[in-house]
Amino acid sequence: MSQVRVLVGTKKGAFVLSADGKREKWEVSGPHFGGWEIYHMKGSPADPNRLYASQSSGWFGQVIQRSNDGGKTWETMDNKFVYDGVPGTHQWYDGTAHPWEFKRVWHLEPSLTDPDTVYAGVEDAAIFRTADGGKSWQELPGLRAHGSGPHWQPGAGGMCLHTIILDPGNPQRMYIAISAAGAFRTDDGGATWQPINKGLVSNMMPDPKAEVGHCVHHVAMHRSRPDVLFMQKHWDVMRSDNAGDSWREVSGNLPTDFGFAIDVHAHEPETVFVVPIKSDSEHYPPEGKLRVFRSRTGGEEWEPLTNGLPQHDCYVNVLRDAMAVDSLDSCGVYFGTTGGQVYASPNGGDTWAPIVRDLPSVLSVEVQTLP
Amino acid sequence: MIRVVLPAHLRALAKSDSEVQVEVEGRATIASVLDALEAKYPTLQGTIRDHVTRQRRPFVRFFACEEDWSHEPTDKALPEAVTNGSEPLLLVGAIAGG
Repeated sequence: MSQVRVLVGTKKGAFVLSADGKREKWEVSGPHFGGWEIYHMKGSPADPNRLYASQSSGWFGQVIQRSNDGGKTWETMDNKFVYDGVPGTHQWYDGTAHPWEFKRVWHLEPSLTDPDTVYAGVEDAAIFRTADGGKSWQELPGLRAHGSGPHWQPGAGGMCLHTIILDPGNPQRMYIAISAAGAFRTDDGGATWQPINKGLVSNMMPDPKAEVGHCVHHVAMHRSRPDVLFMQKHWDVMRSDNAGDSWREVSGNLPTDFGFAIDVHAHEPETVFVVPIKSDSEHYPPEGKLRVFRSRTGGEEWEPLTNGLPQHDCYVNVLRDAMAVDSLDSCGVYFGTTGGQVYASPNGGDTWAPIVRDLPSVLSVEVQTLP
Repeated sequence: MIRVVLPAHLRALAKSDSEVQVEVEGRATIASVLDALEAKYPTLQGTIRDHVTRQRRPFVRFFACEEDWSHEPTDKALPEAVTNGSEPLLLVGAIAGG
């Protein structure tokens, strides 16, 4: 019988939540790396027992962990993320030039085909790659070498490269997103990159339609249609049908189009999930109601999903990497909150129940569907 | 033999006891002790001082013989009591954060 393994990164450690295909009874393992921030943890599609975790702390910096047995045991890997060449400068919050400084790994994206190859999105924004299972990391410098790099500016959470999407049909193509530079695409395996922000409008910017500078919060893709992308921007939910060459807004009837998380149903490429958040200064759900909104039309028309979610006095946030879907026949949807709850829906969002209620603040959620 | 006391999180990374011992050739300084510590416990590389700048991480402090060595030059000779092993060098995580 199939199983699911939910990998949860929190502010004080990592947790592994496991269940069979019914997704009713859960085993909780953790905390792993107790006391450390786990920004992200993800398994290799090519070898599901190979997991990678980004472990960091304000005291002791960045650590990378690897498991070869599905999270039972862990091995500390190389943590040397050194920018290629002279790092140069980007803009600071006040517009002055600020040297590029490595702070942490926000996102780890294992290769679709090779368990030893992983991409790492870091703060200050850059993309690194390991081809030896985490024993060494090298920057793909073409991204920062894009002429716009000196004009990138951090978002409130830092200048982080938080999203990496690998095109399953074209190994040369990747998408990344940076707060607050925007989205970029490579078509040559990471050697060169182009900004893909046409159609984004960010009214807080001097030029609301600038080529770079947009605070993209997250991007999602369905593997059957790698040219169709969905984006939760700072404000606005966006859609592209041409691999990011242009975007159009699909916020439609959402109660607010601010938010962080966005994902696509495993079997229905036009079914999209978001968690609307009240505003950029009020990082909690509107009206104290925790609602996932689902569109079955690829955006524009959204329905609230509330069955099993708190509908009063709820003021948690759902961060950008804290939503995921499994690929069982009845698609499971999962998200974690800053209040430490991890909710699961075994039926595409129709009903929800908490797997755990009292973890540390959740930073990331990933799901593995196991045979 | 130099004795070094590690904070709990670094102990977990090093898979060591709270106190470890390292050999230092020549004069024992903060830099030479950290070099020896990182050579013996590679998982500690980058966690006490930055990989590139070699600067102490801001929330890590060094103490020896009841004195704060955090701001001393890293090539300054450590006290004789540390060098001869009668006192440890303490690596301390600052009390900060949440």
